[in-house]
Amino acid sequence: MARPGGGPSRDLYAELVRTGPGAAVAQRLGLPRPAVLRRHADGQPLLAGPALVLTTGGEPSVFRTREAGGALASVLRGAGAHLVERAEADGPRLGAVVVDATGAARVDDLAALGLALGPAVRRLGPSARVVVVGPAPGSAGDPEAAAVAQGLEGVVRTVGKELRAGATANLLRLAPGAGAAEVAGPLLFLVSARSAFVDGQVVEVAAAEGLPAPVAAPLDGALAVVTGAARGIGRATAQVLARQGARVVAVDVPAASADLAATANAVRGHALALDVTAADAPQRLVEHLGAHLGAGGDRRLVLVHNAGITRDRLLVNLDAARWDAVLGVNLAAPLRLTSALLEAGLLGEGARVVGVSSTSGLAGNRGQANYAASKAGVAGWVRALDPQLAAAGATANAVAPGFVETEMTARIPPLLRQLGRRTASLQQGGRPVDVAEAVAWLAEPASAGVRGQVVRVCGQALVGA
Amino acid sequence: MAPAPSPSAHLRSAVVVAADRTPFSRTGRAYARASSQDLLTAALDGLAARTGLAGERLGTVVAGAVLRHSRDLNITREAVLSSALAPTTPTTDLAMACATGLEAAVIVSNAIRVGQVESGIAGGADSASDAPLAVGDDLRRTALAVRGARSAPARIRALARLRPSALRVEAPRNAEPRTGLSMGEHAALTAAAWGVSRQAQDALAARSHHALARAWDDGFFDDLVTGYLGLHRDDVLRPSTSVEALAALGPVFGDTMTAGNSTPLTDGAAVVLLASEEWAAQRSLRPLARVVDAESAAVDFVTGTDGLLTAPVYAMPRLLDRIGWTLQDADVLEVHEAFASTVLATLAAWESEQFCAERLGRPALGAVDRSRLNPLGSSLATGHPFAATGGRVLATAAKQLHQIAAQREQQHGPGAPKPRALLSVCAAGGQGVVMALEAL
Repeated sequence: MARPGGGPSRDLYAELVRTGPGAAVAQRLGLPRPAVLRRHADGQPLLAGPALVLTTGGEPSVFRTREAGGALASVLRGAGAHLVERAEADGPRLGAVVVDATGAARVDDLAALGLALGPAVRRLGPSARVVVVGPAPGSAGDPEAAAVAQGLEGVVRTVGKELRAGATANLLRLAPGAGAAEVAGPLLFLVSARSAFVDGQVVEVAAAEGLPAPVAAPLDGALAVVTGAARGIGRATAQVLARQGARVVAVDVPAASADLAATANAVRGHALALDVTAADAPQRLVEHLGAHLGAGGDRRLVLVHNAGITRDRLLVNLDAARWDAVLGVNLAAPLRLTSALLEAGLLGEGARVVGVSSTSGLAGNRGQANYAASKAGVAGWVRALDPQLAAAGATANAVAPGFVETEMTARIPPLLRQLGRRTASLQQGGRPVDVAEAVAWLAEPASAGVRGQVVRVCGQALVGA
Repeated sequence: MAPAPSPSAHLRSAVVVAADRTPFSRTGRAYARASSQDLLTAALDGLAARTGLAGERLGTVVAGAVLRHSRDLNITREAVLSSALAPTTPTTDLAMACATGLEAAVIVSNAIRVGQVESGIAGGADSASDAPLAVGDDLRRTALAVRGARSAPARIRALARLRPSALRVEAPRNAEPRTGLSMGEHAALTAAAWGVSRQAQDALAARSHHALARAWDDGFFDDLVTGYLGLHRDDVLRPSTSVEALAALGPVFGDTMTAGNSTPLTDGAAVVLLASEEWAAQRSLRPLARVVDAESAAVDFVTGTDGLLTAPVYAMPRLLDRIGWTLQDADVLEVHEAFASTVLATLAAWESEQFCAERLGRPALGAVDRSRLNPLGSSLATGHPFAATGGRVLATAAKQLHQIAAQREQQHGPGAPKPRALLSVCAAGGQGVVMALEAL
């Protein structure tokens, strides 16, 4: 089948330096050797090795319980992780290190954290996970505590850059009132293989009510709308949402209807050929979803605004058509569609809106003023939208992909493409499924504490961090 | 005379739920390398995707192809097995020339109405690009004799009987076996008999193209068509054609019929999902229209008593009388444009008091409001992949009814009269099928 982009790009360099002679040369010259990342596979254990839970800093920890390792350990144990008491020099390679730093409030606590983490990091296995759970800066109203809370970010982002072999480091920040129930979903995502390309990120977790425990098919009973679902990240998102239990409505422009049908049939969902910028698009989407959500509203809605286009030119050469096209698809359409669904009462209890931003938008990117405007705009939009959805029991967040191997990035000139891949801590581009996993995580009921945020899926890229 | 209630009035309803087709393509272009089975599979996949039926078992799939290879023995079954539908969905292959698709819908809707099945797909596909070629009878008989021979000398003797003239290949012909005339030649006889003018034919053709182009631009086909092999619109369509441009073409059949007012050979597939209302409601699918009734007819074209493509002239009044409608009750009248002259001759027959009195034994059916005739264009603009046309016509009419009903409800409230449609498809062999639809 003829596809304009000719398929996703292929990382020949990474393939070369993973083979025998290529690997030897790369090692000798000190060239980057991107690891094969551990990604989700059905039936795989949560972690590749045992988990270690450390508690550092002062008292009291939010998670201190009578159980060994506290509440964080029981979350991990409940998901099937095997826990060890300490990192042994001759022990097994660790699958994850989770640090409870919620009690950290004094400057000395930062050093204590680093000194406790060091030996554990030495014992990490391939694609291992470091997750630090700390307080949100400013939540205590104590300047020193705020400094320490912010300091954790510096530690975690640095660890992310120092880790090798596909390991990642991320920070969960607990807002006042948030506890084990709120942190369980985000923690399990960040330690799992599903977060393979989420690295060096800070995710805030707010207090939420009536949170369910994370389950195997968290999207059972959800109706998920994915725009731009014919190919790339959209298709992968449809697949992961369906895998997690959602019924998928795959949306794309009529010109992509053949690929769209393939996506819909692959996930046993529905195809809806719809140009999201069309004047009647909101009305048609409302009608379509109204029928499928049913009068009882027994399904909760997940709305993923993935449709996006680029029309690159330097600012001085950007004409009105290129501005309008990009802003129309990437920013105006999500706003209009979401408003229409909100007015129609379809974004009810447990609903999720997930926007797709971009590290290019957050950092700016040469030749992409229009695209960057739209993608940075998505970040601002979800932040403001989330409080509007809160009363209905819904949330809004965004993912911001970094360099992901798609038809879109296949069009980037080869040298820039190599640069895009290598200038991330994980030294490679992500796959569409990596973004999809993050979207599906935000769509879970257990993610109710994650609100109005932008989670980068960028392998800790240098840009847009 | 008050019409007797239709004998099928007590049956439950069969409704048109959704439809899908490939864009239609002039033979030898986008689908040059696709088989009828490939096309039918693509249409089934598009329908499954649109309705969320991947992996579901349906009551039946009835479809066919007019141009069939010997390998297409079970084309519908093979297409279903290649599609996203459950492999436990039973199928039937059907053949009724150009009326295959609509007759398939008659059969499926009847099975639903009597309660045999809850759901079914009707349709058809044809590829004139991938048309079967046959060897001549001489070569075929020789080959069979060689295969049956028991010794090497016997095989050589059988082969030796072969003459070079036996090596010619026979392509399927668009000609009637009993008259030797092509379909176009037959249509030209009818056009001449009814005095259908060149100007009227060209005007109908131009209107068909313009109306179809507008429907595409309005997004009417966004939920009726799924792109295939890089094609997203019917490529027979000429949005910029004009009466003047059409007038410049030389005649190819008789004095008045040109390549512009006749349908070209076309590749494509179309399928329609029919179901009981309960089945559709259980799946949150909104039906477009109800199948009211249908009728088929055949004419004696061999002796020249009637024109080859005029069977719907007879089928339509029989249907109307049975269900108590008039021709003017139709808000949408879809008459398959095999040739512009066929449509015009059909309308002329229905308007003629003399013809209707002598041949139909009833008053004339009367004239139709031309704005209700093929309002979104027909086969002259879409092309005519033989077995796919019925599905295209049914889907286009059903969606128009749904839209008209929605407009009326907005203007007049829920009590507004339900819009109606009449469909007519003529076929080779002097046959034809007509169907009545009503919005839900």
